Amino acid sequence: MRMFFYLLLGVFFGFVMTKSEAISWYRIQEMFRFESFHMYGIIGTAVVLGAAGVALAKLLKLKTYDGEEWSLCPKAFSVPRYLFGGTIFGLGWALTGACPGPMFTLLGQGILSLGLVILSSVFGTYLYGAFRHKLPH
Amino acid sequence: MQDIISLISSSWHWSVSGALIALTMFLLLYAGREFGVSSNLRTMCAIAGAGKRHDFFRFDWKEQRWNLLFIGGAVIGGFLAFYVFPNPEPVQISSATVTYLNSIGISGPGETAGFTSYLPAELFAADQIFSLRGLVSLVGGGILIGFGTRWAGGCTSGHAISGLSNLQLPSLIAVIGFFIGGLLMSWLFLPFIVSL
Repeated sequence: MRMFFYLLLGVFFGFVMTKSEAISWYRIQEMFRFESFHMYGIIGTAVVLGAAGVALAKLLKLKTYDGEEWSLCPKAFSVPRYLFGGTIFGLGWALTGACPGPMFTLLGQGILSLGLVILSSVFGTYLYGAFRHKLPH
Repeated sequence: MQDIISLISSSWHWSVSGALIALTMFLLLYAGREFGVSSNLRTMCAIAGAGKRHDFFRFDWKEQRWNLLFIGGAVIGGFLAFYVFPNPEPVQISSATVTYLNSIGISGPGETAGFTSYLPAELFAADQIFSLRGLVSLVGGGILIGFGTRWAGGCTSGHAISGLSNLQLPSLIAVIGFFIGGLLMSWLFLPFIVSL
């Protein structure tokens, strides 16, 4: 039953990503060229509402459905992994116009070339796992 | 009823979309999970047996089944939004962006008959899989995404949405990185890759 909830929530997310046009390569180019507010509006709204909600949840000490703490662990501070890893991700995001969520949503729209992007991103993750000991974190 | 269907089918205002993405994050948090899509790529490596070679992939991937179902749902959601509730209008992007893309040999949204208006056919049409340009952008782009997101410990959902909502400085640094990389690609490398 709980597993069905995650599937349904994923369906909702894929629908929202499509209708928001955040899955569009064009929208990503437009964002990085600073020629439209659309993507900034989407991310900005999500972050402002998200931050307000998370602050409220902490203030009211809200629990999860199972009565536990929310998964809001602080991330360990460092610079290299976030800056370098983030930059490499950004290069791929702007080139394919898709981050990991939209890759799957676009596959559902019958765009088979996204299957190659997904396979390659799994391989990229494998490369990270293989070479992570040599990278600064 | 017809009005409701056409409202659902059209493109949504950014504020509605942003609010619904925040809602997705809250529902996952309430269920005791986190909103982070790129973890699935690591899970897929683990399922494929990468744990035999590298301990980074040695974990109980069954704990991540919920997230696999979530992206499975995202595939179905894309199908429904595209085939069952299709938007009759092509994506409306800024004319400045279209002019620029045309100047580097990329057609604008809806300019290629029979191809989705969300993506340019010059990079994503099925026959591009066998061209140098297509391979560099699809395979190269995919590897950059997979490698970068795991090094940074998250992607747009994990850092830009979840991390910033939780006021995490590391996530802000990651998002700055996303933009350094994105700006370099869009402004510097993309015209070269497109010309391949």
